[in-house]
Amino acid sequence: MSEVTKEVLLEVRDLKKYFPIRRGLFRRQVGAIKAVDGVSFDIYQGETLGLVGESGGGKSTTGWTVIRDLEPTAGSVRFQGQDLSILAHDEMRRMRRHIQMIFQDPYASLNPRMTVGTIVSEPLEVHKIGTPNQRRARVQELLEIVGLNPGFINRYPHEFSGGQRQRIGIARALATNPTFVVADEPISALDVSIQAQVVNLLWDLKNEFGLTYLFIAHDLSMVRYISDRVAVMYLGRVVEMGPTEDVYSRSLHPYTQALVSAIPVADPEAEMTRQPIILEGDVPNPANPPHGCHFHPRCIYATEICRQDDPEFRNLGQTTEHWVACHHAEQNQGHTFGN
Amino acid sequence: MPHLLEVRDLVTRFYTEDGTVHAVNGISYTLDEGESLGIVGESGSGKTVGVLSLMGLIPDPPGRVERGEVFFADNDLLQLSADQLRAIRGREIAMIFQDPMTSLNPVLTVGYQIAEIMRPHLNLPREQIAERVIELMELVGIPNAASRRKDFPHQFSGGQRQRIMIAMSLACNPSVLIADEPTTALDVTIQAQIIDLVKRLSQQFGMATIWITHDLGVVAGLVNRVIVMYAGFIVETASVLDLYKETSHPYTLGLLQSIPSRHATIATDRLIPIEGAPPDLLREPVHCPFAPRCQYAVEHCWQENPPLQRVASNHYSACWRWQDVRAAGEHL
Repeated sequence: MSEVTKEVLLEVRDLKKYFPIRRGLFRRQVGAIKAVDGVSFDIYQGETLGLVGESGGGKSTTGWTVIRDLEPTAGSVRFQGQDLSILAHDEMRRMRRHIQMIFQDPYASLNPRMTVGTIVSEPLEVHKIGTPNQRRARVQELLEIVGLNPGFINRYPHEFSGGQRQRIGIARALATNPTFVVADEPISALDVSIQAQVVNLLWDLKNEFGLTYLFIAHDLSMVRYISDRVAVMYLGRVVEMGPTEDVYSRSLHPYTQALVSAIPVADPEAEMTRQPIILEGDVPNPANPPHGCHFHPRCIYATEICRQDDPEFRNLGQTTEHWVACHHAEQNQGHTFGN
Repeated sequence: MPHLLEVRDLVTRFYTEDGTVHAVNGISYTLDEGESLGIVGESGSGKTVGVLSLMGLIPDPPGRVERGEVFFADNDLLQLSADQLRAIRGREIAMIFQDPMTSLNPVLTVGYQIAEIMRPHLNLPREQIAERVIELMELVGIPNAASRRKDFPHQFSGGQRQRIMIAMSLACNPSVLIADEPTTALDVTIQAQIIDLVKRLSQQFGMATIWITHDLGVVAGLVNRVIVMYAGFIVETASVLDLYKETSHPYTLGLLQSIPSRHATIATDRLIPIEGAPPDLLREPVHCPFAPRCQYAVEHCWQENPPLQRVASNHYSACWRWQDVRAAGEHL
């Protein structure tokens, strides 16, 4: 792997993001969707942390709350030692130079009335970096970096394919020379043949500019491929976290085990022996999560304690840090499903 | 034995303000009884338009099925009247789509919608239809079917709505089930549930299935035979094992090299993407449609579009240089 140090770049502690549910004439709050419900993790300088889980798990909300595009309900986020959650708005805006985001939908995230040049230079203007001429030169340089013709600077988003649009989004994210990039499902709207282009580009940029990524995706095989470590979310909580191979090949949480076993493999021979664990039921409503362990209604190992108590998030790794929130994780070790 | 379904030289185009979209450019294939066929391609490959054409579901205008024959049960589907076709669609050939919410009517109960499918096709009294609705809903794994049949689509989760679509498609015991990316919008664990369900039911009822997907992973464990489409052409077709092990078209090879294998990491095994952008369907196809993105392309490829030719028993590729491609794929 590239230069992953043990230096913590981002420290997230007990982060919560609740969305109020309001009803009635006076919009009284009658409940809350606990989209992110007490999430803690570190991201080390130079690494890619993959954040996976199904829809409703809270992985995108986590990403947005970490960079304060959404105000956290509780908890702290320290970036290079600085607590972002107590920064005033203009201080946070200055900080956003160093923290950028790449979005899922390259069709929706680019303003169709702006030229590529305006889109990519927008962060430079917001942060008052350079003169207009310098900005223009920087935009051309950025387009070249992401593999687009710098001559396209005056074109509009609709003139580009999905993959090219995602490159424009990446160029914009890189404009201010960030250290940390949150990539929220950056490839899931793209065709398979284009996904590989963008993944390779993200990897090259990480090495060239020393970036650190929080890579949010539901595509488990791509996350496995590019992440140093992986965190698995279920109903607002991280249920398992550790080095990628530990999480995929030696999963400790029954939910991770089911997720990993459900990944189809592009190999007919391997598919003949793959035994997916078919989970019963759907992801419960995050407005009303099950008591105790959120996963217990779908879990084949669930016992009384799982219905009663929240499992503690604890480190069971021997030589690595392999965290899991499951009462029965010790008994479940060794379920590897040929992965 | 005659084929259950036989498509010959199907051509579908769309006439738009921007020009003529060459969506399907002369595809031919067959489907046998009980067989499971995968049609794989990316957006714009014609994989969906191809099956909508044979079902008579292409909106005209702007679309038009220009040419071709589709034989099913001694009929050419393309020659049938709208009424005759409607009698086959749903009863003999059923379809499930990617987004169940858009295929279900939001203001009717799901029980009514399942019953509605049966009414014109099966001559059953009211009570028997109600019983059959409950039976179908139970079959696809909806708990409390007797009461839930009175619920509306929005009261079900995405995975359950797809189950209801499957119940609707099974209502008349079709002999062919066409599944158009039915799991793309669903989460991994729900995707596994639905695939497992369709697999089980198609075996149980002896339905032939056509799986349309962009995901080479999904079809690997699901079908006997695969058709790979690009820019409205079939570029390769083979048994599922041969397609992955004896890959003979550069596009198929490119797709396989674009997805990470299980234990690969980006630091050690870089993906080999297909360079360039998806094809422009507004152009009249004259040369090989894949040539602009193909690292194997030679002069010949720019002069003449290669026909689908036999490269082994039951294995066809539309590539002048299939031998070189196969040699390159062997050490994958």
